[in-house]
Amino acid sequence: MDLMTKLMPAGAEIFLLIMACVILIADLLIRQQGRMVTYVLVLLTLMGCALITVGTHAHGVTYAFNNMFVDDLMADLLKLLTYLAIGMMLVYSRQYLTVRGLFSGEFMVLALFALLGMMVMISANHFLTLYLGLELLSLSLYAMVALQRDSAVATEAAMKYFILGALASGLLLYGMSMLYGATGSLELGAISNAIQSGSANQTLLVFGLVFVVSGLAFKLGVVPFHMWVPDVYHGAPTAMTMLIGSAPKLAAFAFASRILVEGLQPLVQHWSGMLVILAIASMAIGNITAIAQTNLKRMFAYSTIAHMGFMLLGLLSGGIEGYGSAMFYAVVYVLMSLGAFGMIMLLSREGFEADTLNDFKGLSQRSPWLAFLMLLLMFSMAGVPPTVGFYAKFSVLNAVVQAGHTWLAVAAVLFSLIGAFYYLRIVKLMYFDPPESRAPIIFGQDTVLLISVNGLGVLLLGLLPGALMSVCAVSVQQSLLLH
Amino acid sequence: MIFGLPAISIAIWLPIIFGILVLATGDDRNAPLARILALVGSLLGFLVTIPLYTGFVRDTSRMQFVEMHDWISRFNIHYHLGVDGISVLFILLTAFFTPIVVLAGWKVIEKRVAQYMASFLIMSGIMIGVFAALDAVLFYVFWEAMLIPMFLIIGVWGGQNRVYAAVKFFLYTLLGSLLMLVALIYLYNQSGGSFAILDFHQVALPMTAQILIFIAFFFAFAVKVPMFPVHTWLPDAHVEAPTGGSVILAAIMLKVGAYGFIRFSMPIVPDASHQLAGVMIALSLIAVVYIGLVALTQTDMKKLVAYSSISHMGFVTLGLFIFNAYGMEGALLQMISHGFVSGALFLCIGVLYDRMHSRNIADYGGVVNSMPVFAAFFMLFAMANSGLPGTSGFVGEFMVILGAVKANFWYAFAAASTLIFGAAYTLWMYKRVIFGAVANTHVAELTDLALREKVIFAILAVTVLGMGLYPLPFSEIMHVSVNDLLVHVARSKLP
Repeated sequence: MDLMTKLMPAGAEIFLLIMACVILIADLLIRQQGRMVTYVLVLLTLMGCALITVGTHAHGVTYAFNNMFVDDLMADLLKLLTYLAIGMMLVYSRQYLTVRGLFSGEFMVLALFALLGMMVMISANHFLTLYLGLELLSLSLYAMVALQRDSAVATEAAMKYFILGALASGLLLYGMSMLYGATGSLELGAISNAIQSGSANQTLLVFGLVFVVSGLAFKLGVVPFHMWVPDVYHGAPTAMTMLIGSAPKLAAFAFASRILVEGLQPLVQHWSGMLVILAIASMAIGNITAIAQTNLKRMFAYSTIAHMGFMLLGLLSGGIEGYGSAMFYAVVYVLMSLGAFGMIMLLSREGFEADTLNDFKGLSQRSPWLAFLMLLLMFSMAGVPPTVGFYAKFSVLNAVVQAGHTWLAVAAVLFSLIGAFYYLRIVKLMYFDPPESRAPIIFGQDTVLLISVNGLGVLLLGLLPGALMSVCAVSVQQSLLLH
Repeated sequence: MIFGLPAISIAIWLPIIFGILVLATGDDRNAPLARILALVGSLLGFLVTIPLYTGFVRDTSRMQFVEMHDWISRFNIHYHLGVDGISVLFILLTAFFTPIVVLAGWKVIEKRVAQYMASFLIMSGIMIGVFAALDAVLFYVFWEAMLIPMFLIIGVWGGQNRVYAAVKFFLYTLLGSLLMLVALIYLYNQSGGSFAILDFHQVALPMTAQILIFIAFFFAFAVKVPMFPVHTWLPDAHVEAPTGGSVILAAIMLKVGAYGFIRFSMPIVPDASHQLAGVMIALSLIAVVYIGLVALTQTDMKKLVAYSSISHMGFVTLGLFIFNAYGMEGALLQMISHGFVSGALFLCIGVLYDRMHSRNIADYGGVVNSMPVFAAFFMLFAMANSGLPGTSGFVGEFMVILGAVKANFWYAFAAASTLIFGAAYTLWMYKRVIFGAVANTHVAELTDLALREKVIFAILAVTVLGMGLYPLPFSEIMHVSVNDLLVHVARSKLP
């Protein structure tokens, strides 16, 4: 009984691990025609995880496994959203993968392991747990990108992703080792206390911090550590791009805020300066380079870089406002990015990837409804009200101004203006240009329903954003600032 | 509240709901249904705004018909609507023009009819929202949302170079808006956590902050007005937009910018407004004189009217920044009159364009021979545009010049030159298009106005004449609010 209570906080992770193994074995016994069974099992697993996460939710902050693992409101919320994102990814990509012969048990099991990695990252309270989760996520993703064995671009993307990812992990570990050397602990709370007491060697700390921030920047994909993002987004099959571009951003937010806020809060003056540079550079390079892209997935890669830069603005502003707005931004971004990649997959068909800008030409004449949804998603990414993307930008800007960096807010809006251009171009292609092909768009009822909910959700959350904003703020307040 | 109903909310959401219904009629097979539904929606939309005028209490400057509900409680943002004597007229103007553009596009628009009509209905609701919002974020949401339907209207139904014009229009206006957003957030933090515009009016601010805020607002509003030198998007947008789009742009959307100056810049940062009034007046006069001359050389009718709009809006900003009652009321009357007149002129050009598919002045000549009724209407609106006494165009210009004389004789002198230039470019265009020998066989074969077009023009003609002969119903309603605003603006807000 006692053991059970101890394991409670990690209940969802344990359940997921068991289910992933069960599905892996069960899938061996299933023929390709019966792959739907695996699919349904995976979706049921996600629902089970959601139930467990809700059921084991306890007020306040609970630690487990000798403080290596933490369960708090922010963790539960982010986990629920990751389940949702992974579930949506699976629904969106089923048809896409089936057509390409990639709809296999490995894909789904790897997705589950990636999810497990994210959950561990979200709940980590210790450098080792953080690293464990990060590597589980990364390794699953490397393998997924390479899943399309006969595609040269995909293999190349996987190689690049793997090598640069390994480099980033190395940087991160090196930084962690220095922080360990300076403070004598790997646990975030203890590190924070050690730094605060002033006993730690300041030079070593800052040196370690630089490596940790670099590693983080690699994983987030912000400038100047962004080289892998466009290649991987472009090369990977769209389903994998969607996975990389959605849920892991939530985990990355948790990862960044746990390390920087919970662990290294006393060094805030050092890391916030670094984040300013990363954020500005990301918004500049991301937005400007995106204009030159003709491949949609590549364009979204640069747009992600810019969006992550914007999210960093929230983090560096500090306080409930800052962290809450960054979390809200991450959640909103994931929602939009799922919709955008979902649309690309919806328009794809056998032997045809709808991933160049020209493939969106005249969409409003081929399918007015899909074009309208894409319009909502694009205006949301550009931050135009009444879509939710506006409130994401709004809350971050508010945090930035409140922290006294008004000039930073001005710079941010100028870069968003540049960003608006390429989102607008997609709307232009869809609405103003004649279609290049009149091939019918074949889609399942489930995907079209999901994309409708997704697109309208962007609008609806834009009309009533208050609840989600408050939830983010409350969870950040309860989780990050208690310490 | 009227009869316990939220009057402003109805005025905003009724057209939007009808817009969605129109969209739901689907593709062009159901075009007749879409048209009728759009007309019904726009007429109802106008009817529901009339109680705002009749029920308006004229002897107070307080906000009326106020509605206030929590919206985003985390940032203390409210769904807060209300009108005063300044905004109520613009709401009526907006609702008035929606049925007109629906009728104007009745026959001409043949592709994607439902989407076209829906865009105008939705935009109508959004623009009313801009004029009625009393919460800065709500205002901003409406303000930006306005761009989306207009972008589509220009880009989908526009002329040759429509894509360029649509993108330019969007990015130009977005630039200004985003800077305004930063200013609004700054004010939120200064005002101790309130986004209410009326609270912003009370916040004390040091001079540097005031000037920076003024500049941020300037970008947002001057682009919309548009003032020299950020006016270059307007001729492009006007020329490429379909007739209905041009009408809404000229009649309503340009007013939003000047309204912003009145509601935001002047009362929130009065000291900076006084400090920079010289610059604003200079830019206004440049617009009046220089853009007037530019209009003279145009060969494209729409472009000519577009430049004439910029010149007339120069009058408006001049009237605002000389800070006296004549100037301010004159500016407001000029805005309303310009809405009617420029809207009517664009409709006139639309009538010609629908028949000849050309906007070039050189392609016309002697139109009076084949379209006498049209020529008569066009004459009236051309006269109103050049400020002939007895038409609405005269009242506003006269009052602004009167106000300018009080401020500085030379302002008035430069501004009055418009009476010559305005008459020159408008009447010269009129002469070349309408009079003279019949230019070619196409002109000879022109058919005169249909009943639908006659109705539109008759309504506008009555309004233009009515406002020119008896402007009291327009001016009395704004009187108290304008005086109150001037008192407020005269008070320093330096800490």
